[in-house]
Amino acid sequence: MSDTLSELSVSVWRGVAEGRYETYTVPQRASQTVLDVVTFVQRHIDPTLSYRFACRVGVCGSCAMTVNGKPRWTCRTHVVKVAGGGRLEIGPLQNLPVIKDLTTDMEVFFEKWQAAKGVFAPSKTRHDPIAPIRPDTPARMAADAGIECINCGVCYAGCDTVRWNSEYLGPAALTRAWTLVNDERDGGNTARLQAISASGGCHACHSHQSCQELCPQTLNPTASIAGLKRRTAAAYLKGEITA
Amino acid sequence: MNVQLYVWQRLTAAVMAPLVLLHIAVIFYATRQDLTAADILSRTRGSIAWASYYGLFVAAVSIHAAIGVRNILAEWSPLKNRRADLTGAVFGLALAVLGCRAIAAVVLP
Repeated sequence: MSDTLSELSVSVWRGVAEGRYETYTVPQRASQTVLDVVTFVQRHIDPTLSYRFACRVGVCGSCAMTVNGKPRWTCRTHVVKVAGGGRLEIGPLQNLPVIKDLTTDMEVFFEKWQAAKGVFAPSKTRHDPIAPIRPDTPARMAADAGIECINCGVCYAGCDTVRWNSEYLGPAALTRAWTLVNDERDGGNTARLQAISASGGCHACHSHQSCQELCPQTLNPTASIAGLKRRTAAAYLKGEITA
Repeated sequence: MNVQLYVWQRLTAAVMAPLVLLHIAVIFYATRQDLTAADILSRTRGSIAWASYYGLFVAAVSIHAAIGVRNILAEWSPLKNRRADLTGAVFGLALAVLGCRAIAAVVLP
């Protein structure tokens, strides 16, 4: 027995910065995800369609696309929840250069992650004893609140400030910085606070909270950025960082 | 906006919040009591307290608004950081001059 319910009309972006939406007809199935739809188009209709995915279970953060106007992780987005009237429009993530079709260039996203000093700076060597970390301290709980970021780029694509301020580091990079600022094992916080206090850093955020609304991991980058604003302001007033 | 501008904008906002409430209370008082211009000037002329109050208000407004205008220009206009800084500074200076002129008109004997 076929598990096909009906048909979907799917518009998919084809091209680079210049291009057009092409419409395909895809069979609608039970428990079908948006990634399943894109995969069907590529495997059965047009093998030249380019898109990116890896794990298909919401861990790797590779498959984010714009679905009916909103950035989403497509492997965990069920078609029935987003396809109003059986219609789907699937495009590449916004705020990132398009390589081809649904594949975006994430280089600037990860460059900003580095610019925000998102790399752990060890304060001890492998010869020191392992630091005991209490899970119930306010700092560790703040770090834990942001550490599940999978760097899918959904928050970056949905951020109004990124759209109009190309310098802005973005919610994901700043959330990563916030987890490290609250990590008692990290020894790089002065340089980190200095880096995110410059123009385009955490103070550029307008707290629109699109990142919080759209984050597939239900993280709250806006709260992390607000924490960074408080922490950098305190560091500036104490003379630990400069403008 | 960098951390320096952020701190100045938040500090001046914190200063302005109670000043705005008192300013509105003064307006209500003056209108409810049917004070004339002469009544008001008789209270403000030569008053160091009113000069200090509105002097602080003008200073806070000039800094706060200058940073705000600078940010709007930097984010929304073709003017980028240096030119936006300069335009915001000129705007703040203009507010300070106009505000000081208004204070002088009501507190100088």
